[in-house]
This record gives sequence, C-alpha cells and structure tokens, in this order.
Amino acid sequence: MTTTEPTPAVQKSSEVLLSVDGLVKHFPIRKGVLQRQVGAVQAVDGLTFDVTQGETLSLVGESGCGKTTTGRLLTRLLEPTAGTIVFEGRDISHLREGQMRPLRRDVQMIFQDPYGSLNPRHTVGKIVGAPFRLQNVKTEHGVKRAVQELLELVGLSPEHYNRYPHEFSGGQRQRIGIARTLALRPKLIVADEPVSALDVSIQAQVVNLLEDLQEEFDLTYVMIAHDLSVVRHVSDRVAVMYLGKIVELADRVDLYENPMHPYTTALLSAVPVPDTKRKGKQERIRLQGDVPSPINPPPACRFHTRCWKAQDICKTVEPPLIQLAPGHQTACHFPENATPEQEATATAAAKA
Amino acid sequence: MTEETQDSVPEPQRIERGEAFLDVRDLKVAFPTDDGVVKSVDGISFQLERGKTLGIVGESGSGKSVTSLSIMGLHPPGVAQISGQIFLDGQDLVASTREEVRLLRGKRMAMIFQDPLSAMHPYYTVGAQIIEAYRVHNQVSKQVARKHAIEMLDRVGIPQPDRRVDAYPHQFSGGMRQRAMIAMALSCDPDLLIADEPTTALDVTVQAQILDLIRDLQREFNSAVIIITHDLGVVAELADDIQVMYAGRAVEYSTAEDIFDRPQHPYTWGLLGSMPRIDRERTERLIPIKGTPPSLINVPKGCAFNPRCNYAHLNGGASETDRPELLDTGNGHMVACHLSPQNRRQAWENDIKPKL
Repeated sequence: MTTTEPTPAVQKSSEVLLSVDGLVKHFPIRKGVLQRQVGAVQAVDGLTFDVTQGETLSLVGESGCGKTTTGRLLTRLLEPTAGTIVFEGRDISHLREGQMRPLRRDVQMIFQDPYGSLNPRHTVGKIVGAPFRLQNVKTEHGVKRAVQELLELVGLSPEHYNRYPHEFSGGQRQRIGIARTLALRPKLIVADEPVSALDVSIQAQVVNLLEDLQEEFDLTYVMIAHDLSVVRHVSDRVAVMYLGKIVELADRVDLYENPMHPYTTALLSAVPVPDTKRKGKQERIRLQGDVPSPINPPPACRFHTRCWKAQDICKTVEPPLIQLAPGHQTACHFPENATPEQEATATAAAKA
Repeated sequence: MTEETQDSVPEPQRIERGEAFLDVRDLKVAFPTDDGVVKSVDGISFQLERGKTLGIVGESGSGKSVTSLSIMGLHPPGVAQISGQIFLDGQDLVASTREEVRLLRGKRMAMIFQDPLSAMHPYYTVGAQIIEAYRVHNQVSKQVARKHAIEMLDRVGIPQPDRRVDAYPHQFSGGMRQRAMIAMALSCDPDLLIADEPTTALDVTVQAQILDLIRDLQREFNSAVIIITHDLGVVAELADDIQVMYAGRAVEYSTAEDIFDRPQHPYTWGLLGSMPRIDRERTERLIPIKGTPPSLINVPKGCAFNPRCNYAHLNGGASETDRPELLDTGNGHMVACHLSPQNRRQAWENDIKPKL
C-alpha cells in the first residue's frame, strides 16, 4: 500500500492477451441537408488497459458510461475513432471485416438479451452449429455431435437439438447463447451483462457455469455489468467507468475494500444491502442529479459536477489515471482512503 | 367520493368489511389461454396497515405483478378470472364495478410502474399528465393544478420544475422519468401506493435516490406501501413485512427481520444463497436453486417447489401429493412447507446458515 513507484500496471505472471491503448469512439451527430457534423457523442474517450490471459476483467458503471461501446469495440463490431487494440500481439484496431473474420474464432461475445440474440426461426442445433458452418470448421464426428456435446457442456440436454428458442426459459436461452459462444473454443469472451436479464436463482446458475467454463478452457473474460455484487463475485480486476473514461482500475479486493475514486465510493455505498439491521443506518453518499450528457461532457474531471470533494483544480486540470498503489490506478486529484504520500503523488501527476 | 351513496345501499358482499386498511383474502387470478388455464395467483391473503410497507418478493412468473394489478383493478375485463376479496378501507374491490374502482385509482390508491417510458403517454407533456390526474379528483382550476404539479415535481427532486413541467417524457432521463411518475402517483396523496419494481430499470445511484424518496414520502403522507421486487436488497431497505411468492402462492410471510435472519422456507434459503453479498466475505461459489421455475399451466402437484427442493425427500412423499398450507410457526411467522420443525432447524443450522 505504501509503495508508489511509477511502474506500469502490475501484471500477473502470465502474458497479456489483449492490450488497449487510448481507445476512443465518438459517434458523430449530423444535422441539416448537408448532414454536416455538428457534434459527437463521446461514448468512449481514451481507455487504456490490458487484459491478461485467464483473468476476468469487469467494466462497471452507470448506463451511458460507455461500457457496452467498449465491449463492441473490443470485438470489433464497431470501428474505433482513435487508439489501438492489440490482440495477441496483433493490431486489430482497423482490420476490415474480411480480415477480422478468422479472428472471430478467438474473440466471442455473450449478449445481454437472451430473447433478442437467438434467431426465433432457427432450431437450437442450427444456432449453436452456425459458428462451425461460418468458419468452415471440420468437426471430428460431424456438427450434430459437436453441438450436442456443447449443449451438455452448458447444462442442457442433447435432445434439445431440434427445438426452437421459444421453447426455452430465459436462463436456458442464455445457456444456448453461451454454447454458441464456446463452439469454436475462443480465447477471449466479451460478456455484455450476461446475467442481468435473469432471475436471481437462475443468475447464480449461469454465474457458476461461466466460472466452471473459465477453469476448464482457460478462458479470459471481459465482463460488462452494472450489478456490483455480481461483479465482485466473478472478477479478478475491476475497471470503473464514468462518462467514457476509466476513473479507477484495481484488483477486486482492493477496489471493494479500499476504493480511491469518490465515484467508486459513491457507487459502492449505493448498493442496497440485504440486511435489515443496517436499514436506515447505512451511511450513503447521495449523488446529486444525473450523469451529464456525453455529447457535452464537463471539462477536466468529468465527475466534478457531482463530486462532493471537487475544488477549482478539478474544473481545470484533468486528473490522469495513475498508479497510487500496486495494481491500483485512480484518476482523481483528491483520492479517498489515500495515504499522504499517495495524495502527493496524485498532486504531482496532475502538475506534470 | 361515491362512498356515501354506496354505503346507503347495503349489498351482501359488503357486510364483511375486512379488518386492516388493505385486506386481501384468498385472491385467485387465472387467465384462460389456448394451452390451458394459467393460474397466476392461486390463493393469497395478506393485510397491510397505513404507514407500513409490505415487500412482495419472487421470481418472474410468481404472480407478484398480477397481484398488484388485481388490487388496482387494471386487468382488462373478460381476460382475467378473479375471485376472492380485496378490501381497501372496507370496500371490496373485486365486487365493485370498474367505474367504482376507477374513481378510487389516483386518490385512494396509486401505482408506480417498472418502465416509466411505456407507462407515460408520449404525446402529452409530463405536466399535463399530472394535472389531469389531479383535476379528476380535485375541483380546481388548471392554474392551481399546474402549480400543484410543479410543487410535486420539485418535491421528488426534479431540477427547474417550473420549466420541466412542460417537457415531454422522452426529454427526461430514466431516473427523472421515474421521479415524474412518482410525482404523478403521489399527486393526490394516495392512501395506498403500489410500487412494481420501481428501480429495476435504474442505475444504483439513482435507485438509492428513488428508494430514499419513497421512504421519505411514505413518512410524510402515512400511506400504506406495497413494494414488489426481485431484489432482496431493495426490500431489506424498505419493507416492514415480506411475503415470498412462488408459482402464484405465498410460501413464507413474516417481518423483514425474520425473513432475512431466520428464514424457514427452502425457497427463501435458495434465494438468499443465490445472491452474491457485497456486505459479506466473498464466497467461492454461489448456491443456485436447481432447475427452473415451473410453468403456471402445469404447476407441480403437491408443493409447487418440490422438484427444485433439496429437502423434499424428508417428508415421506407429502411434498409430491399434498399442497402445504401457509401456517403460523410462531410469532406470526407463516410458512407453507411440510418440513418438520426439527428437520427445518437442522437444515437451517447445518446446511444453510453457515454458507450464507
């Protein structure tokens, strides 16, 4: 906790699978007959992080903070405006669709809505077998056998092969989606709110399934979620986003026990705790108002309009995302739970 | 409003008037469909006094929203078969005509819906919708009603209410829309407020604001509140009493303290075990409930929970054949389960409590 040497982010011994540097995505707003650009939704505005082989990195934040856009950039469903995405040492930030296709085997996505992400006119067999067909992958005992093995793997019965999605419950559909995702044994899975549409009891089943699969196939997850209790359960590291920027990136334990950015503190204090003894006693930081519009975000520190610690410097100098403790990066001029040295580091970094 | 005239005409079903402010007795709601009759609510009873909050918890399809829509009288005519009694301050809502119930809505009871975008009319301004609700129940001019609407918007924390009153719902953010709907629901000081998943569509920081708001307003107006949710954290914050529902029936009913500290039904145990807790040490694995919720057309025989229950085998087959009734196990803690008291205590002390 006391060391504040400016080493690059501490990595676990294993290698970096995905590396993101200065990632930006602006959606242009066009108006008038000439469709001139009059502004931009700054959905993602300068993200830098690494994802290590075998870990789960979670992106959390309120709606509109850019976490889903980030997920879509990582899987290259969107073209980044600036910045680089390096997957396994290869720059994939501006690959064309055809060049990207072979890579789709390695990078897959799990979608939030198990109702919208499965074609209602296709059987489960066709849905889960589609990746084999699209990638021309030859399976040892035929596609049908491979699909049935996948269905078993995610806890469905192989007899479900000929059924249609509407015959399944939400949790089962999510399992079908996961089976499709796993078909080509991807290395990286971007899961966009994989359990938020499910009931509590089913949510736990799917969370456990994702953990088992990670262990079995050495998967790497980038999890996008807003439920902080679930995030704590599944993640190794957590990145907190606010208005298109990462404000804090830390180890799970570190982040939940020792949050340094005021926004993280506020988020954590807002989680309702299922404990009646704490009813009414819970110290809650009430954030005022709503998240500002990403079309015209506040200058410098984007959180200053809602921050109770904000001072003049927050409105003029943008705090850089710097490492204040090993593996714990924060972008704040006045970090919470910080030692005097750490505060000094934050101040010095802002001046630099 | 119309109560005086109703009271002067004695009708047989009004002899019984219910004891509590809201008294639901053996409510059953069924929907006939091509595939069979969907028994969404199959005999539930509860009481609620003014100033108290009841939390109804359960998974999707457990009948929690159907219960609230029945109280509000919002099931379309001819679609739902409703039986049982719902007494609101002595008046039986099931036996009342649609027009009688319509006059109660807004003034005596109001509802906050889950999705504020579809619950508000996109064509009218937020102000116009609040003003309309207010003028139905109060003989006031438009100017007075407008002033009241601005006050209400201010009360629920919408900035610049005098300008925002003329905005359309799509111009509000999700949290503001939910506030506007709360303002609309509260504009006539309802005695009963039903909040159906009021914060599910919202972010945690906004959720915290809305929960505080509901709590403050309840204190101020001394209304009875029913909060329907699947989030146990939210009910723990607000509810005095909690009813846990499964497949259209109540499986456990008690004070919030009992439900969280001494839960007795295996389904409640399952719910508590499925949920990752931010306030406790992180557990290695969650303990899900096996299987999936049943279809309401084909509810399992006996205890509806028996196919998913880890303790059903302890009851000598009773779980598969007899439907357990909701019985008092002491101090008003009601449970619908066949487990014997010692088996239940053993399971709770040895299997469940250490893992929660």
